[in-house]
Amino acid sequence: MTSDAGDSDPAWRLTRSQVLRDSLGVAIATGAYGISFGAIALAGGLDFWQTMALSLLMFTGGSQFGLIGVVAGGGAPIAGAATAIMLGARNALYGLRLSELLNVRGGRRLLTAQLVIDESTAMSIGRDSERAARLGFYATGIGVFTLWNLGTAVGVIGASWLSDPRLLGLDAAAPAAFLALLAPRLRGREAWTVALAAALVALVAVPFVPVGVPVLIAALVGVVAGLLPARSADEMDPPAERRPGERDPDDAEPAGGATS
Amino acid sequence: MTLWIGIVVGCLGCYAFKLAGLSVPRTLLERPKVQRVAALLPIVLLSALVAVQTFSVGSALVLDARATGLAVAGFAVWRRWPFLVVVALAAFTTALVRMWVPGS
Repeated sequence: MTSDAGDSDPAWRLTRSQVLRDSLGVAIATGAYGISFGAIALAGGLDFWQTMALSLLMFTGGSQFGLIGVVAGGGAPIAGAATAIMLGARNALYGLRLSELLNVRGGRRLLTAQLVIDESTAMSIGRDSERAARLGFYATGIGVFTLWNLGTAVGVIGASWLSDPRLLGLDAAAPAAFLALLAPRLRGREAWTVALAAALVALVAVPFVPVGVPVLIAALVGVVAGLLPARSADEMDPPAERRPGERDPDDAEPAGGATS
Repeated sequence: MTLWIGIVVGCLGCYAFKLAGLSVPRTLLERPKVQRVAALLPIVLLSALVAVQTFSVGSALVLDARATGLAVAGFAVWRRWPFLVVVALAAFTTALVRMWVPGS
């Protein structure tokens, strides 16, 4: 991030501007959600500083909404905390995926950890190179942190002002972004099978577990599939399923799994 | 006051999970099974996030305007259009459908 030798490399400059533009887009969309979070938190009985403490210190949207939901519904604050922590457990899985890539130590790790969220992870793990992945993580993490907190403050102060991002269709922007990042990884039958199974498991779980937990349960699909013996590449990637012009699926998923 | 305790406990717990993920020993990450799981995790997490954020509100499964937004996004992804075009088309389509079909 500081004095990379290849800053003048035209290819990298192009990649960099693309990554930064993508990150800004996600940060703006998330900032709009921050506005609705601030307004909802106020309606749920929190004051300005309590709401800001959540966005600054908890900084993981699902958990924040989870805590507010329990407290506003009359639940004990500690039950709200338990829900929030359970929802935040998926960030540990993100960190497991990111630690190899970010390779941060000491004080920098303490600061970086706070940025490990859905958006920064999603905008990092879909990248072509480790360098682009790191940039995607930090640009999205810092961008979302800034605009999420700004949005929260605006939401609390403006209360009902723009409290429904649904009118702008922004609630469909995030899944579309995740889909765009998922698509390049869906090479081969195994990837498709695992992805569809995860989506199905998550949806089936939605009515039965607290908000945010279905994604956590879906993660188990990945863990189970990963622990099963790997099948041969031929079984996973029948030639008939390859789309014309695509790379050989055999090199789509590097053995190290660092980036793709 | 108890509300503040809930907030502080929740923040500490969430941060602990974030830090724990980054602090897993590298030797653990070098095991093949762990690498395989780590490679599959983004696929299942992204896929589950797409499904849940498109087809649910809170604890209810719903089919609303977001599904059309996602369908358009799927087409745009298949055509390999730029990321921001994919995202903007999904939001625009969803907003448009909501104008036509109130309550969707």
